[in-house]
Amino acid sequence: MIELARELRRSYALVERNFNLIRRYIGWEIVFLVYTVVNTLTIAFIGVNPATGGGGDRVLYLVVGALLWGFLSVLFHEVAESVQWERWEGTIEYSFMAPMKRLSYLGGVCLYAATYGAVRTVVVMLAVVALFKLDLGSANLGAALVVLLLSSLSFIGVGLMAAVLPLLSPEKGSQAAHILEAAILLVSGVYYEVSVLPGWLQPLSRLSPATYTLRAARAALLENASLRDIGGDLVLLLAIGVVLIPLGLKVFNWGELHAMRTGKLKRSG
Amino acid sequence: MEDTALECIGARKVFRVKKETRPETHLSTEWSVASAAGDPGGQDAAQPGTHGGKQGPGVNGHGAAIGATNGRHRGRLALSRAMATLFPRSVPVEAVSGVTFSVKRGEIFGILGPNGSGKSTLIRLISTLLLPDDGEIRVFGHDVVRERFAVRRLINRVSVEAAFFKKLSAMENLSYAARLYDVDIRQARRTAIEILKRLGFGENKAYEPLEDLSRGMQQKVAVARALLTSPVLLLLDEPTTGLDPVSKREVQDYVLEVRDSHDTTVILTTHDMQEADRLCDRVAIIDQGRFVALDTPMHLKAGLGRNGDGEAATLEDVFFALTGKALKESHPEEGD
Ligand SMILES: Nc1ncnc2c1ncn2[C@@H]1O[C@H](COP(=O)(O)OP(=O)(O)OP(=O)(O)O)[C@@H](O)[C@H]1O
Ligand SMILES: [Mg+2]
Repeated sequence: MIELARELRRSYALVERNFNLIRRYIGWEIVFLVYTVVNTLTIAFIGVNPATGGGGDRVLYLVVGALLWGFLSVLFHEVAESVQWERWEGTIEYSFMAPMKRLSYLGGVCLYAATYGAVRTVVVMLAVVALFKLDLGSANLGAALVVLLLSSLSFIGVGLMAAVLPLLSPEKGSQAAHILEAAILLVSGVYYEVSVLPGWLQPLSRLSPATYTLRAARAALLENASLRDIGGDLVLLLAIGVVLIPLGLKVFNWGELHAMRTGKLKRSG
Repeated sequence: MEDTALECIGARKVFRVKKETRPETHLSTEWSVASAAGDPGGQDAAQPGTHGGKQGPGVNGHGAAIGATNGRHRGRLALSRAMATLFPRSVPVEAVSGVTFSVKRGEIFGILGPNGSGKSTLIRLISTLLLPDDGEIRVFGHDVVRERFAVRRLINRVSVEAAFFKKLSAMENLSYAARLYDVDIRQARRTAIEILKRLGFGENKAYEPLEDLSRGMQQKVAVARALLTSPVLLLLDEPTTGLDPVSKREVQDYVLEVRDSHDTTVILTTHDMQEADRLCDRVAIIDQGRFVALDTPMHLKAGLGRNGDGEAATLEDVFFALTGKALKESHPEEGD
């Protein structure tokens, strides 16, 4: 118990540090946030555009995609890039030399990522609500929240797998993470049904947890689906999280040992 | 607690370093083909700088035969370059080759050696950041590989490069470090200010982004970070490099004070012979990954007797004599 409290305090180090960094990079933070808001609004406008057959639930359909993708990609990014960021600053040796469990370190990263992603998403959501009249009459918000929680788990799992990449290859690792993110965006049906994808891409969409997240979230928000209606997707998301998080941790530990064997932790000196 | 702070038995570390294929090599081959084919512009094409890599001005627009030769040749080159990028050849570099020594509790142990002799690698092996390929290293009886966690509680390290979040202030960086070690945060902040003041670091500077501070100031923050967690084994990798003489003194005095007041064992690498002479109880000289001498500074100097000018030998003379660097320096053409 005491040990757990101690590890949680250590995790908090990451949260505090990253929020301190945000304060120092506040200019960029505002720019990115404004960009995301504008980007989401642009997508929402596509929904009302008559030339593209706008109207009805289309705005909500697109907005759900944009908001969820905004949240999940931030989550993925923050987790996947945490190691790369520390490598770049040269602090990684110091962070990894501390007597803390890697679980606490990565837990701290995830805790920060989820908080930060949630704050950003709420800001974007407020902007959308201010400009568009969204009909939430047939929305099951509680079910949507459960979708969000479970999909966070699975995305943290994917992020952990990607976080190890910079430990294996300092330059190519981060590039690979970006490619992975782009692939998920393409196949998961963020702004369209996956059925419109070419046949050979569709099997890939089944591998992405974002596919189930979006399908379940849309069912809850547009069709008032109950938890039972989307139960299948929820179980799948939970399963992906339950498998990927421990696996991600294992892979991360293995990657760290590999970096310690080959001298890839340090940047210079 | 044990009386031996550190025991290092036959520690060895080999890195595999990618063998970079130098672009010039390819270019000169390309040029020799061009000139062998009677290309009058070949000479110009070989001028460094005008040859952008893919197509040189001299090779452009000459006879079709030449173009074909070049084309085929370039195809092979591109292929071998691609192979070299995908499967780079690597060569082994033995950074630390079988080093054995032990350090008593409370000792200040110096490691001197030329650039690339393996000092930092040895420090990293001790600080659980690298896995040794061979040998055994124990910190107060704990194995650095099998009992990493226990070792990490006992040590901290200062490296040459100030490894910080440069946008954050000294205090923010120190708070982060304190939290990672689960040191009481309020106490840690007080201690940090005390240490920084002791090192001649103005308190007002502690809240500015580190990127605005000089290298020497950053180095003092690094010393504070290491001491904040009360390590019993302190690893100092060139802690005073880049400091002005006064700051250097302040850091040195502080190291001595910490050893005496906190019962801390110190391992110190340095390029400053006077510093080694002043601080270290014993000094090891490392060259190409091997210890070539290990003794008290006094004995090392006495062993050499007098230097070339007939004066009493300094530690610097000992260093030159053992690593052969003086010879290379006076005949630069023989050096690498
Ligand atoms: N992470 C690494 N990957 C590959 N090679 C490395 C790595 N770290 C060190 N080396 C190589 O090992 C050798 C010893 O390097 P090391 O940094 O230990 O030397 P040093 O004595 O600390 O030098 P300096 O006085 O310049 O700090 C060098 O040839 C270096 O290139
Ligand atoms: Mg070094």
